Amino acid sequence: MVQQYIGASITRKEDERFLTGRATFADDVKLPGMLHAAFVRSPHAHARIVAIDTTAALAIPGVVAIFTYEDIADLAKPIPVRLYPLPSLEPFLQYPLAQDKVRYVGDPVAIVIADSRYVGEDALDVIDVTYEPLPAVVDIEDSLRDETIIHEAPGTNLAAHYVVSTGDIDQAFRDAEYTRKERFKTNRHTGNPLETRGMVVAYDSGELTVWGATKVPHFNREVLSSLLDFPEEKMHFVEGDVGGGFGIRGEFYPEDFLVPFAAMRLGRPVKWMEDRLEHLIAANHSRDVLCDIEIAMKKDGAILGIRAQVYGDMGGYIRTHGSLVPASTAGLLMGPYNVPAYECGVHCVITNKTGVGTFRAPGRYESCFIRERLLDMAAADLGIDPAELRFKNLIQPSQMPYNAGRTRADGDTIFDSGNYPQGLTRALDQIGYAETNPKRWVDEAGRYHGIGIATYVKNTGRGPYEGARIVISGTGDVAVYLGITTMGQGHETTMAQICADSLGVSMDAVTIYHGNTDYIPFGGGTYGSRGTVMGGNAVHLACQNMKERILSLASTYLDTEPANLVLQTGEIFRKGTEQGPALLSLGEIACLAEVPGSNEEGSGTLETTAYFEADQLTFSYGSHAAHVAVDPETGKIEIIHYVVVEDIGRAINPLMVHGQAVGGAAQGIGATLLEELVYDDSGQLLAGSFMDYLLPTSTDVPPIESIVLEEAPSPLNPLGVKGAGEGGIVATGATLANAVSNALAPLGVQITQLPISPNFIAKLLSS
Amino acid sequence: MKPARFDYYSPDSPNEALELLGQYGDDAKILAGGQSLMPMMNMRLVRPKVVIDINRIAGLSHISPRPDGGLAVGAMTRQRELERSALVLETAPLLSLAIPYIGHFQIRNRGTVGGSLAHSDPAAEIPAVCLTLDTEFELASSAGERTVKAEDFFLNHLTTALEPAELLTQIRIPQTVGNWRWGFQEVCRRDGDFALVGAATMLRLDDRGICLESRITAFGAGGTPMRMNAAENHLSGSSVNADDRSEAARLVSDALDPISDIHASAKYRQDVAGVMVRRALEQALLPMEGEDAA
Ligand SMILES: Cc1cc2nc3c(=O)[nH]c(=O)nc-3n(C[C@H](O)[C@H](O)[C@H](O)COP(=O)(O)OP(=O)(O)OC[C@H]3O[C@@H](n4cnc5c(N)ncnc54)[C@H](O)[C@@H]3O)c2cc1C
Repeated sequence: MVQQYIGASITRKEDERFLTGRATFADDVKLPGMLHAAFVRSPHAHARIVAIDTTAALAIPGVVAIFTYEDIADLAKPIPVRLYPLPSLEPFLQYPLAQDKVRYVGDPVAIVIADSRYVGEDALDVIDVTYEPLPAVVDIEDSLRDETIIHEAPGTNLAAHYVVSTGDIDQAFRDAEYTRKERFKTNRHTGNPLETRGMVVAYDSGELTVWGATKVPHFNREVLSSLLDFPEEKMHFVEGDVGGGFGIRGEFYPEDFLVPFAAMRLGRPVKWMEDRLEHLIAANHSRDVLCDIEIAMKKDGAILGIRAQVYGDMGGYIRTHGSLVPASTAGLLMGPYNVPAYECGVHCVITNKTGVGTFRAPGRYESCFIRERLLDMAAADLGIDPAELRFKNLIQPSQMPYNAGRTRADGDTIFDSGNYPQGLTRALDQIGYAETNPKRWVDEAGRYHGIGIATYVKNTGRGPYEGARIVISGTGDVAVYLGITTMGQGHETTMAQICADSLGVSMDAVTIYHGNTDYIPFGGGTYGSRGTVMGGNAVHLACQNMKERILSLASTYLDTEPANLVLQTGEIFRKGTEQGPALLSLGEIACLAEVPGSNEEGSGTLETTAYFEADQLTFSYGSHAAHVAVDPETGKIEIIHYVVVEDIGRAINPLMVHGQAVGGAAQGIGATLLEELVYDDSGQLLAGSFMDYLLPTSTDVPPIESIVLEEAPSPLNPLGVKGAGEGGIVATGATLANAVSNALAPLGVQITQLPISPNFIAKLLSS
Repeated sequence: MKPARFDYYSPDSPNEALELLGQYGDDAKILAGGQSLMPMMNMRLVRPKVVIDINRIAGLSHISPRPDGGLAVGAMTRQRELERSALVLETAPLLSLAIPYIGHFQIRNRGTVGGSLAHSDPAAEIPAVCLTLDTEFELASSAGERTVKAEDFFLNHLTTALEPAELLTQIRIPQTVGNWRWGFQEVCRRDGDFALVGAATMLRLDDRGICLESRITAFGAGGTPMRMNAAENHLSGSSVNADDRSEAARLVSDALDPISDIHASAKYRQDVAGVMVRRALEQALLPMEGEDAA
């Protein structure tokens, strides 16, 4: 039997390096003569810059240079939008340095270059910036009143507004036997990768190298090339090991221009490692969404329509993909259900807070919370069991593929495949839903118990295309160069599994290289659960092409037809005699390929590059279920049981899929119960360190049961895979809020906003 | 997050440390476990010109029995040592009960008794326990030594009776064995966080279960840990039944005037302080090992 790698729970190849402390992160890059960057950041949420005096700072020994807007003025261009561009967003984009105004606490005003970060911070202490403070706008509703304008040129705080719709919404509400309207709010929080942002940039012999790149290095290289007015071919973006991304790390930020700019200007390598205090005010925030929603139903629970207004708080500027957050909230607000009519207004609102970008399952965590909470409220009103209500409305397998209509400004939402009821059934079985009656009770200690469920669907595998390059050397070793990047997903293992099976070689013969713009001309990067769908299928395609070439070379040499040969465990056999002696090894074929005239495609190395294209998204789906206990006297919540069910079509490596699900759920539990970027009325961030921004630790996360389903392979790609990175987090807010609301329903509590802190519970109970 | 420039001294003897303290006074900071000082220095919230590391001074770390049955604990004793000490469990069981609530074990491995007391976070466990146990503090300076009672030691938010040139050398904890019972409760957002609010209690009961002496401390509910006199008085002479406990809880909530922050409102702290007191009293009355659950 030849070993099947796809589907096997193989332990991660990269783990040894990580677990023994030998991984190389951005901060591990040290170059001779390297300088260090530190940033002057605005202490005000909204202010005019009157003057910047750097005299005292420049006098400190070891301070090499200080650059302000004036120094970059002739290059200054705004950082462009990467995803979800809309013309109206243009005047709200961020420049690398603030020109005459600052618009959030943390807005970069100057960059200091010094011999060490210590000296750099000494300089920050004495750089004297005179500000004229302006009133701060920290709230979506305040902002929409346009009393204080944050960007003068456009003259409004509303950076974008559009409506998506499908079906006849007015008719739906005319036909309704039941309606309910609610307002929901999700808490501003963010991904907080363990490794903060950072980079080392060297400018040498006319070439610029950026270490510490990740997520979308090819795109960022293009942006930097345009901002610096410097040719792309002379730029090398190098990804080392990365300590987590979650959507935050690897986008193009002001610092991604400023550090290379300084390195070029000074002709010396410059390092910048963001510290956590900077990270919390400077790196993207997310999830700050307000939603007014109304549902129309029949008395029997059938959904007729949903209409909503989604307001996304974008912070002080529109960042590379901030507008995607409200767009994606609207995009899947109707969820995995038959919703005949849907209409949603989408608003991108500017405030004096840190800019917003994506965080794992952007918009979907939000919309799942909003919709699933509303469904539970409706179920209670109509006297229908919440699970039953969901089964009644879930899209059936027979309806697949299912076009949910134009729920996004950029196209229809088409669910590719799925058995949605099965996803819910598995979660209910696992939590013991049928046996647990009633679904809420009070224990001897006075704690209120409740079960909560939520279902979700999540688009994954965004195109347009992704590449992989394969090179086979004379030793028979297979090198795979990826266009996708790796922030901890484990591509060195999964991509090797795909390559080994698709090509017919042993996994040990395969080495995965990723995250270097020199490896392959184009890479779309890693985000939105696209790695395995796009990158994995690119590897598969490249392997198919490569295999064809190998068999053609071998057949010419062996004077037979390719169809008579097989490639297996890295060797060529005659079909039917795979047990017998091999005819040729892969290494020998690699040598054959070098012989002039050896085959039609021309001689040379055994090398091929393939791009996998996709114009449709794959949709993973599933359900979460939780059992919680709430102490009504302290508001403390204990999660007693948590279940994640996710169908991802086909699991390349189930062990790693479980890891993604459990990690995602842990992150979502933190987001739902603990994490909040709280601002005061003057726009000061009050949760500015890990003392106050509370990440879940191992003691806060209960054991999480993850069930991976492979009921519905995607018909959209040869591997049948769907993305697996976000299913663990999508429904955490919804599920926990439903469980807590269910538990405390006798006391009149309905959660409509996150996070669910003890203080918040106590407040709800006392009102 | 890099500290401002400072000079570093690592004296070998208490006298050397006291001399340095005398010399630099306000400009100097003692470095004990560093679990509070280093983050504050890294964030440049404090910028001492001089750091005096007392980790190399012999004799500041010990847990020793005293002739009167009480305990003496050196200022540099790690919190983890207290947690594991059989002597502490025998002599001052409330302290043993409270210590595991401090951060995580990694922090207790470094954090010291003296550091926690000198830093005096209003939500910290050791100050609350010391106040409940009528602990005495031995302070030394180049001018001499003095002893301060717990009730006089904690002055205000992060402020103690320690003068800039003084070193806390050891604390003396009277024994609380025999017919004493104890309870300790706190609520935090995550395990290991500073408490949103908490309570410690000691009850001395006679054979019939009548309370001869009661001590109740609320912490995280004001600038310092606070003894709750009205509630203590209410319980003394009572049988500490359910009504007494609820009344004590009410008296505690009434007596407090806490602050709000992003984790809990003043009202939350006020209400839940009462809950913590009630639960600490219930815990104190639970049958002890070897007792019937009657
Ligand atoms: C993540 C984390 C969680 C924590 N959670 C908790 C918690 O839940 N509860 C809790 O109580 N604490 C908590 N702490 C704080 C911890 O207990 C510290 O150890 C303690 O507050 C300070 O002790 P230290 O020995 O580290 O002192 P240091 O940090 O070295 O010093 C603290 C202060 O005391 C002064 N000082 C120290 N020793 C003396 C002395 N002998 N004489 C005079 N002045 C002195 C120092 O100059 C400094 O001003 C936490 C800390 C961290 C990092």
